[in-house]
This record gives sequence, C-alpha cells and structure tokens, in this order.
Amino acid sequence: MRFISEFRRSELAEGLISQIHRKSRTPARFMEFCGGHTVTIFRYGIRQVLPQTIDMVSGPGCPICVTANADLDKAIALSRIPDIIITTFGDMLKVPGSRSSLQQVKADGAEVHTVYSTMDALKIAEDNPDKSVVFLGIGFETTAPTIAASILQAVEKGIGNYYVLSLHKLCPPVIRALLDSGEVKLDGLICPGHVSAIIGSHPWEFIARDYGIPCVVSGFEPLDILQCVDMLIAQVENGESRVEIAYRRGVRPEGNQQAMRLMEQVFEPSPAQWRGMGEIPDSGLKLREKYQRFDAELAFDIEPGPTSEPVGCICGDILRGVRTPADCRLFGKACIPENPIGPCMVSSEGSCSAYYLYGGSFEG
Amino acid sequence: MKDKILLAHGSGGKLAHELVEKSFVKALANPLLAKLDDSAVFDFSGRLAFTTDSYVVSPIFFPGGDIGKLAVCGTVNDLAMSGAKPLYLSLSFIIEEGLPQSELEQIVDSVQKAAGEAGVEIITGDTKVVHRGSADKLFINTAGVGIIAEGIDISGDRARPGDKVILSGTIGDHGIAVISQREGMSFSTKLESDCAPLGDLVAEMVNASPNIHCLRDPTRGGLATSLNELAKQSGVSIRIEEEKISVREEVLAACEMLGFDPLHVANEGKLVAIVPDGDADKVLKAMRKNKYGKSAAIIGEVRAEKPGRVVMKTVLGASRIVDMLVGDLLPRIC
Repeated sequence: MRFISEFRRSELAEGLISQIHRKSRTPARFMEFCGGHTVTIFRYGIRQVLPQTIDMVSGPGCPICVTANADLDKAIALSRIPDIIITTFGDMLKVPGSRSSLQQVKADGAEVHTVYSTMDALKIAEDNPDKSVVFLGIGFETTAPTIAASILQAVEKGIGNYYVLSLHKLCPPVIRALLDSGEVKLDGLICPGHVSAIIGSHPWEFIARDYGIPCVVSGFEPLDILQCVDMLIAQVENGESRVEIAYRRGVRPEGNQQAMRLMEQVFEPSPAQWRGMGEIPDSGLKLREKYQRFDAELAFDIEPGPTSEPVGCICGDILRGVRTPADCRLFGKACIPENPIGPCMVSSEGSCSAYYLYGGSFEG
Repeated sequence: MKDKILLAHGSGGKLAHELVEKSFVKALANPLLAKLDDSAVFDFSGRLAFTTDSYVVSPIFFPGGDIGKLAVCGTVNDLAMSGAKPLYLSLSFIIEEGLPQSELEQIVDSVQKAAGEAGVEIITGDTKVVHRGSADKLFINTAGVGIIAEGIDISGDRARPGDKVILSGTIGDHGIAVISQREGMSFSTKLESDCAPLGDLVAEMVNASPNIHCLRDPTRGGLATSLNELAKQSGVSIRIEEEKISVREEVLAACEMLGFDPLHVANEGKLVAIVPDGDADKVLKAMRKNKYGKSAAIIGEVRAEKPGRVVMKTVLGASRIVDMLVGDLLPRIC
C-alpha cells in the first residue's frame, strides 16, 4: 500500500465529499486542534468543499505558536551566554521574541544550530566538550519522548554538557481550559494525530463525556480529514458524543506505551505559559528531580529582560479560535512570512502562515 | 601527500601546471582548451545566449550525480531555457586544500561525461585553492554561451492567456536526493537526482514548434517559484491542476516527513514550458520521445485575471494559492 498517494485520490475524495453533503443537516462547528491538520485543510482547500452547515475553526495545536514570548526571550537570552551552543528545530529560528529572534542573535555571532533530532543535539554536545549545548525543548507529547530519550542517553554516556530548556506543552489540559473558558462553542473536535500516536485516544474521553463533544482522531492526508469530518457529522446527526479514530494506521487507543514510559520517567507535569491563554496548570513538563542537572533554567543565569507583546498582533485570539487571521490588521500587510510579527505567521503549522500561503479566504 | 590538493596546486606554479595539464586538459580534451592561452578564441555569428552560475552543493557527491555533473547541466540548462543551443562552457574550481585528488579527478570525469552528453566543450577554466575552512571542499563556477536560431523568441514575459503549461516530468527528485545525504539528516532512499542536460530536449521542442513562449528549469525554489516568476514577468495568472503533476512516492514521503511542499523542492533535469494552445500537443509529443521528457504532461493553463497569481486546483477540486518559497526549506517539529 502506498501511504501517501492512496490518501490523496480524487475519486475517493469525491465520493466522501458527496457523502458528507448528503449526511450533514445540522449546523455544526468543528475545531481542528492541530496545526498539521490546519495545513492540510488549507493546502487542499477542504473548507471550500464542505457544506455550508459545517463551520471549521483552527485551534492552538502549533507548539511554536503557543510558546509565550517570555519563554522565547529565555531561549534568546541563553543563546547570548558565551560558550553556549543552542540546538533547535528549524522553525524556531525566525520566531520573534520581545526584542529579537534566534535568527538575529545567530547573525550577531551566537552559536545556534538547527537539528533534525535530539540525538543530533546530543552528538554536538559530545563533539564540543568545552561548550554547553542546550536543546530547546519545544513541542507537544510527540517530541517529549525523544527528548527524554536524549537525556537518558546523556546519563548513560556520561555527557555532562547537555541541557534542555523544557518548554513542552501537553494537549489535553489546554483543550479543557479552552472549553472551560466558554469562548468557543464546539460541536466536534478533530483530535491531533501525532500526539495521539503517543498518548492514544483515551485521554480525549473527557471531552466526549464531560462536554458532550464528538471527538475523532485524524491523520494528515486530505482523505483522513474528510473521513474524520464525515465521522464527526455522523455523531452530530445521531446526537452522540464519543471518541473515535479515523487514523488507525497511526494511532492505537492505548497509544505508544514505551514512549509514554520514557516521558514519565524523565518529566513530570508542571504549569505552563500559553500564548493568548496564560498559565494553565499541569499543561507543561518539567524535568524530574533526578534529572534536574539537565535543566538549562537551573544551570544558567538567564536574564531575559522585560517581556512585551507585538502591538496589534492577535495570535493569542487566533490560537483560541475566537478570531481568524482575516480579522488581524497586520495580516498580509505588516506581517508576512518574510517579515513575521507574530509566531502564527512563522511556523509552517501556524494558522496565519497557512491562510497566507494557501489563500484561506480565497475563492476560485 | 600527492593524493591531496595542496595550496600549491592553485599557486600558478609547477604543481598548478601539472594539475591543469594532467587532470583537466587531458580529461576534457579539445583543441580550444589545449592551447592554454589566456582566453579561448573562436569564431561566432548570430544571436548569442550567455549565462553563468556557481555550484556549492553539499555533499559534493549525491545519488544520481555530483557537483561536476551539476555544474555542466545547470549552465547548459540555463542556456537551453533561452532556446539556445549550448556550445561552450568555462569551468572554474575553488578548492579547499586537502580535497583528495581522486575526488577531483572523479568530478572532472563527470564534467566530461556531462559535457559530452550535452554536446558542449569546456574551452577555458581556472583553479584556485584556498585554506582549509575558507571553502567547503569544492565550489565550481561555470559560464556558458549558446546560439539562438532565427525566429526563436523565448522569454519569461511572453506567457499569454490561453497558453498551455507543460511540465517535463516528476518534481522534487534532486532536492530530496541531495537532502537525504546531508549530515544530521541521512535517511535511506533509492531516489536519485534528476540532474541532466536538457539541450537536446529543448532542441526537439523548438523543432516541433518555434512558437514556444517561455521555458524555465525549476531549480532552487521548485516549480512553484518558477511559475510565480513567469506569472509576474508576463502579467498573467497561471492555473495548474494538482492531479496532473507527478511526484514520486519517495519524494512525497520525504516531503511529509520534513514538512516540505514538493512544489518548492529543487529539480535539476526538468523544465516547464508555456506554449500557445494550438502548439501544445505537438510540443508534448516531441517531449515524450526524448528520455528526459517521457512523462511530460500538460499541467495547466495561462489566464488573464488576477495577474501575478498562481492557483492550483487541488485533488479535492478546491483551489489554493501557490506561492513562492520563502527563505530556506525548514522541517516541521511535530
């Protein structure tokens, strides 16, 4: 089986789209939590092919976008400390903090390396014993296990110059906070695919049970999303709310137990700052006491300075699903991918970037 | 020590002469080069196309080619995209000291093979060797001249509403083949770069129809960037269909993994042609007869409305904007 082109076949899509049109009677608003889903939705024009009854709204599932400016400032301040090498995933480079970005400090001479896996960061630490190597731990449950694995490997190999700035975020707590705020009324949730590959589908049960909202875990191909929307509509029309998986090839209900064990061994839940949502209890991860010597925040004297938010940027509101990029005065004018003002325009998974690149409001 | 390139190899002295004569002149044998005068002198009449490009690919050897083959094909293709028949190239090396001579010889060998296939001669060149760290193994610059036949007028500003857009084959092969070999990135794939000289393909296309309006080889920035350039230069919009664009499964998979859009990934042996509607079938037929155009297809058309915009009909039947690549291709993080 071909795992990509099979899920992009237009004749199958056509069938699913007409089935969705036949099935959908009740107006319903669905949120795709994950930025990866947002990209698929815009890249394939999924909103355009859905019936008028279905209103789609993007959620906060872009790890870079939800990273608070105060945390970005910490990363930038760290990179300015002599003899520190910052290692990070590429998307982080351009994200503006309060006054600068990693890309700018890199141009000024800071050592910032883009890596593709945490093991590459560990290798840089091994190769540069006279420097301190800090990995910027940004991401959801998807990336946290690999960072846990790198820390365990550092212990095993006795690597003493490897550190992690843990800015990890957990998805279920932020969805609860979003629903509790009452700001957005949802009739269905497209649950993240990669996060669910790690944590399984059980952690979403509370949404169906306590909030009566249908939940379907989706993959990232256009047919995955269409199938997911079709399943959500079926639940809405039948007055049901339960958790289903439309991504069986990637997600098991119980998740990836080994990855979760790794994560739990190294990290414990902690409060975390979310852009636009403030502090949410137990929505972040910090290193357990046993591994605290790897914690960059404890190891270094970080002076990030005062935090400020870009004037006019509404990324926070967009991440909560209460406004769209089209509502932003800066969107497409002052804020463009070449010169991003807010993080949602930087990240390849940000709503503003997807709107801008693929023409979110574009007809025709 | 003889097996590595030393600073002295670029000094202009004895070692330099030895390198030029043994490694270059012999391998690239042709009378114009063998004279070793300060410049190559040749007769010429007609319209001339002239282009230059520098090659800094890393790694210098990649599946399906190396920096030498690339340096010939890239410049030959730039000439061909003006409808020119490529004739002569210059070849300049900037070598980091310590490069194994065997690697240099291997690269000169593939320069010769590619030049042979493309029907061009290397008639002048230069070699510089720089201190370790001042270059990364090997950089190459090539410049080229070609002749344009009477009646051929191919330019990026000539796309007209109603014209058809033809793509010569699969996209993204080169970019993914190279990136799969990068340090810190290596993933296994059987994919090879599509690096190839397109002079013959273009000659056969022009032969089928001298009315071809535009030609572009979608290298850095990929097909999306080339189409946007053409739409802007010509003041038209271009509408393409996702289903008509062929992308290998390996490229699709790598793009998904890395968060790339195949439309933004580099090609080195593909071209996009904009052709009057009435000539499209003729050109397509000619392309399919050439080994580098076997899977050529009409992927879209030129329109008048909303000049400068490229729009794609997705596999779902919806439409989306196709923008130029912004910055570098960066991987996604979750």
